[in-house]
Amino acid sequence: MAQTTLKSRSRQIYKPKLARQVKEKVIEFILFLAAFSSVATTVAILYILIKESFLFFQEVPIVDFLTGTKWTPLFVNPQYGILPLLSGTLMSAGVALAVAIPMGTIAAIYLSEFATKRVREIAKPALELLAAIPTVVYGYFALLYVTPFLQNFFPKLPGFNILAAGLVMGLMIIPFISSISEDAMSAVPVGLREGSYAMGATKLQTALKVVFSAAISGISSSYILGTSRAVGETMIVAIAAGLRPNLTWNPFDQAATITAFIVQVSLGDLPHGTIAYQTIFAAGLTLVLMTLLLNIIGHFLAKTYREIY
Amino acid sequence: MVINNSHEQITSIPKAEVADLDFYYGSFHALKGINMTLPEHSVTALIGPSGCGKTTFLRCFNRMHDLYPGNRYEGSIWLDKDTNILGRKVDPIEVRMRISMVFQRPNPFPKSIYENVAYGLRVRGENNRRLMDEKIEDALRVSALWDEVKDRLNESAYNLSGGQQQRLCIARALVADPEIVLFDEPTSALDPIATASIEELMSTLKDRVTILIVTHSMQQAARISDHTAFMYLGELIEFGRTKDVFNKPLNQQTEDYISGRIG
Amino acid sequence: MPTTNLRKLRTNLNRRKLINSGFAFLGATIIAIAIIILLGLTLKMAFQGAERITPEFFTSFPSRRASRAGILSAWVGTCLVMLVTAMAAIPLGVASGIYLEEYAKKNWLADLIEINVTNLAGVPSIIYGLLALGLFVYELRLGQSILSAGLTLALLILPVVIVTTRESIRAIPNSLREASYALGASKWQTIWDHILPYSFGSILTGVIIGLSRAIGETAPIITIGALTFIAFLPKSPFKSEFPFLSFEWLQAPFTVMPIQMFNWVSRPQAAFEINAAAAGTVLIGMTLGINAIAIFLRYQLRKDIKW
Repeated sequence: MAQTTLKSRSRQIYKPKLARQVKEKVIEFILFLAAFSSVATTVAILYILIKESFLFFQEVPIVDFLTGTKWTPLFVNPQYGILPLLSGTLMSAGVALAVAIPMGTIAAIYLSEFATKRVREIAKPALELLAAIPTVVYGYFALLYVTPFLQNFFPKLPGFNILAAGLVMGLMIIPFISSISEDAMSAVPVGLREGSYAMGATKLQTALKVVFSAAISGISSSYILGTSRAVGETMIVAIAAGLRPNLTWNPFDQAATITAFIVQVSLGDLPHGTIAYQTIFAAGLTLVLMTLLLNIIGHFLAKTYREIY
Repeated sequence: MVINNSHEQITSIPKAEVADLDFYYGSFHALKGINMTLPEHSVTALIGPSGCGKTTFLRCFNRMHDLYPGNRYEGSIWLDKDTNILGRKVDPIEVRMRISMVFQRPNPFPKSIYENVAYGLRVRGENNRRLMDEKIEDALRVSALWDEVKDRLNESAYNLSGGQQQRLCIARALVADPEIVLFDEPTSALDPIATASIEELMSTLKDRVTILIVTHSMQQAARISDHTAFMYLGELIEFGRTKDVFNKPLNQQTEDYISGRIG
Repeated sequence: MPTTNLRKLRTNLNRRKLINSGFAFLGATIIAIAIIILLGLTLKMAFQGAERITPEFFTSFPSRRASRAGILSAWVGTCLVMLVTAMAAIPLGVASGIYLEEYAKKNWLADLIEINVTNLAGVPSIIYGLLALGLFVYELRLGQSILSAGLTLALLILPVVIVTTRESIRAIPNSLREASYALGASKWQTIWDHILPYSFGSILTGVIIGLSRAIGETAPIITIGALTFIAFLPKSPFKSEFPFLSFEWLQAPFTVMPIQMFNWVSRPQAAFEINAAAAGTVLIGMTLGINAIAIFLRYQLRKDIKW
């Protein structure tokens, strides 16, 4: 077909009015400032944590902080070894993940590959509810319902313990793992699934051998997210796992986590500028570095998994 | 519509026979009263304009439509005269173990080359490494890929070119000794050179298996197939030896399509 | 196919199908168990707290006597803090979302902001509390006030607002943008006259979900040192003389629902457990109520969308 060309005989060039241009630029700049506020938030977090921690580490040698086995900053003779708080944090997170990773993964596989549309439409929002319940309510559950229930089986279980807090926290974390993993699995192209079914595979074989491995990087990032939730969770452990720092690897014990310690100190009236005030920032910095480390591991894992294929 | 497809009798043994097949996507009547035989150890091509139902028809053979809700078959496809593929009691997984498929776009799994081919054996619970090695080498040789990949079987399948990936998918489909292999426009996503190598491969495969191929290209059908079926608007218009269908079509629509007036 | 082969194939297939069904059952059971446990615990708490949930419970201040203690200051505090949170998070988050989606060029600065938003979503909430303690309470001298708490929670839900804004904007078909530009509209006119009005509903849904998360947040508010025994209400935001609005309440000390509940949970007396259960039930009710509004909005919205 012949192409029709329209040549404008008299092309008049309208220059955009200066005022309009300026207005557009000003608006863009304001929007940019808003977007940049997230960077400012990160910088502010790091600034506050590092500033107070710096003051803290002028009093406390960093080696003592990292290797000390006693955490008694509020005693007359204070000691600042982070290990007891670290063990409490890792143990409660460990119990939670032992619940949430298997349950969340199986739920995700079920929802993505097995459930009918109807079941999925009901089960997904129902699972999301687990993450919508306020954590202080979960803490109440753990302290007043789950611990007494567990004491039926383990009479020696103390009123504050890692186990109950961890189990309840695991319940809370399930939807973080199941929904991200499910998204990752649903994003696997239909062609791969059909390729597997065409070979005579069952749903489970397709799900485990093809879909799961194709979605592994998304699934692993759901594990990382779940882990950083567990490590950073505060109210459940502060209420149900106790506030006494305790270097233990026994989930039947009580132990304070890093977050629980920050809560405990905040509940008292701590004068600004004292070393006790600075401890919570040093503890907070430790927590941030842990989540940062997790994220780096996550990136690394996702990358190596991708490189295998 | 009176359908005239009485070409001269096809003499080879039928591997499958389609009888009064209707297929529905929900309320959409996609295939209408199809009758056809699939001759053993030969290549049968399905041609027709897009939307005519050729891919839908192909996917009936391995019950792929069962994966999605709302699809319904009527009629039957007899495999070896004794198993009705579409029978209610017949397990679609069993059908797919006997009839495998190669797709339009190469769809290797995100696994190594070796594991891709091994998959068909692994889903059957095969673990004997020596037996698997043998079968995989054989399948890769038949698919004319062995020489290119034998030194890098543990590399990702995604490192292969498009044509190599499609040959890998063919090896994957062949490894567990299927009786029929379905090809759904296997070269439409490939360049001409890769297409030529797949076409060449196809003619050597028919000693092992029966082939049913959907193709968008009449030239391809003419080059590689022994029999051709022309479909239009969900109906089988004409079926016969390829040379007969192309040289002396009995039906006006077939002639129109072959001469480029529709499609 | 020889019959022996076929028989072998079928035995193998039956075994695989059994495992398959077993897994399907396991998956359904696990989901059911998780939901049933949550339901059971919630109902148990609701029954335990039921006797305390009376009109007086909502109109009384906390008290040393469990049976007379109520949540008046807590729910008023929660409402005021949420007001500040919404006022801060909505403009900031929506503006960021618009910038990232419509203006940002593909460069390191945009990448930096984007990575930042993702990372902020993963920062533990108590860290926001430490930020607020150091920055709002001491450096900016806002004190342990409703303003500090509201801003803290606003920062906390900012990533949620940004992400939903971006998704809502992205869902608007490009043809609408082009139609606007073709009529001679500028970029901002296109955004203000078309993109924002069309995505308003889904942005609102996201904001509400963010607020429902903020309502239950306890840790960051404890960290800024919120008092837990508050037997008075902040000054009313309305007054009789000009300009009829007062902002004194922003500086007032306060308590919120989850803090009140935490306070009662940590009391040794068993009588306060009932108060905690009652407060917990009300808190869950508020959270679910807000979520229900969001779900309803989303449903209405889906009905209205024509493109």
